[in-house]
Amino acid sequence: MFSNFDFDVIQRSWLYLFTTGMKFTLTLTLVAMIGGILFGTVLAMMRLSHNKAISLIATSYVNLIRSVPLVLVIFWFYFLVPYIGAWIIGASQPVQVGAFSSALITFILFEAAYYCEIMRSGIQSIPRGQVSAGYALGMNYWQMMGNVVLPQAFRNMIPILLTQTIVLFQDVSLVYVLGSVPDFVTVASKIAQRDGRLVEMYMFVAVVYFVMSFGLSTLVKKLQQRVAIIR
Amino acid sequence: MHYNWNWGIFWQESPDGVSTYMDTLLAGLKWTLALSASAWIMALIIGTVIGTIRTMPNKWAVRLANGYVELFRNIPLIVQMFLWYFVMPEIVPASVGNWLKSLPNASFITAFLALGFFTSSRIAVQVSAGINALPRGQKLAGTALGLTLPQTYRYVLLPMSFRIIIPSLTNEFAAIIKNSSVALTIGLVELTAATYSMREFTFQTFEALTGATVIYVIISAIALLLARWLEKAIAIPGFIAAGSANTGGH
Repeated sequence: MFSNFDFDVIQRSWLYLFTTGMKFTLTLTLVAMIGGILFGTVLAMMRLSHNKAISLIATSYVNLIRSVPLVLVIFWFYFLVPYIGAWIIGASQPVQVGAFSSALITFILFEAAYYCEIMRSGIQSIPRGQVSAGYALGMNYWQMMGNVVLPQAFRNMIPILLTQTIVLFQDVSLVYVLGSVPDFVTVASKIAQRDGRLVEMYMFVAVVYFVMSFGLSTLVKKLQQRVAIIR
Repeated sequence: MHYNWNWGIFWQESPDGVSTYMDTLLAGLKWTLALSASAWIMALIIGTVIGTIRTMPNKWAVRLANGYVELFRNIPLIVQMFLWYFVMPEIVPASVGNWLKSLPNASFITAFLALGFFTSSRIAVQVSAGINALPRGQKLAGTALGLTLPQTYRYVLLPMSFRIIIPSLTNEFAAIIKNSSVALTIGLVELTAATYSMREFTFQTFEALTGATVIYVIISAIALLLARWLEKAIAIPGFIAAGSANTGGH
């Protein structure tokens, strides 16, 4: 079965695959996670706002993003970001945006909708009495959120936020559809096509993703037991 | 900054000379729905079996089922599609491989297998979560009444747990429609791919993308309404939203 396989292609290229492709994938995952959680938290606070208009804006955004496929969103921002850039700096032509920034904006805005739902249930898991207590102590909204609700909500939700981040790590592979972004899958498939070694390369890619995602989710499970607040 | 809007593009003739660009999108939608529906049926069947095994007393069966779930959950869907499409025909005997490659709808069949197995592992997690959310007494009561273990699952545990997990199954159903778009990477012209080809022929990028977005929003709204109706129709009071596994994802 493996007789006419040539695993040499992996030996030749693994260093390049990791220093270019995997580095890009991991950097994008980490930065998009931070940006996504920050924007997602803002969206969650907006969704829970008493101001109907603010809450409606955030709800519509989240529901819209959550009902379209990531591939379509990637296409949207790939074509839209140059126009937004031109609009911001007042240029008459669409501006060239690098692959990394374009992908980064896409993933922050897309994943924020999912992080928002996690943070929203985190915020709602904090008893109402704590909010009232915060106000009773003379705190304003931001002090109460920043010092009382969000730290606890965040801590409760860390395992789920990290699980979503592993999903994000796998999602980054979808930038393959653009063909020009050097993530792990795109780089691997370019080498595979150049050397005519699709079978060996895609099996290697699958093994790498499996080991990394499985390792990370095992770590998350361990962490989940450690950070759980004993009530 | 100039972009020439032309919303009439949907009613113009597409390059095949007989249909409009709207027909291009709707043809794509048909593939999206066919792929999602067929993969959903497969995923539901395998997911139920694997999810049930995960709650059984036999330790080795549980380990095997857990291995299945981890295998399909920890590899990105796009890589799984590549494995089925590029790798599978090469590692099976040559005659089977050639037959697979010569199938008329090879990309649909591979996408169906990939999406079905991928989603089955996610459904399995939900099914086990639903069974585990039931009070222990239900299983004990079943066996105490003289039911065998398979009968207890068939008549007591599974009917209850499916009602519990309907909200999470709804999420999975919405996800399978969205995930079917990944099939464009192996050449299936489903809705997103149709949108992209419409864009390549017309350069009316944002009209094409808006059209696809509206269609996706409509189908997920319909799926959501159907699920709400189903939930109400078969609910047992007091047993809804008790257990769903938080697995992340879309």
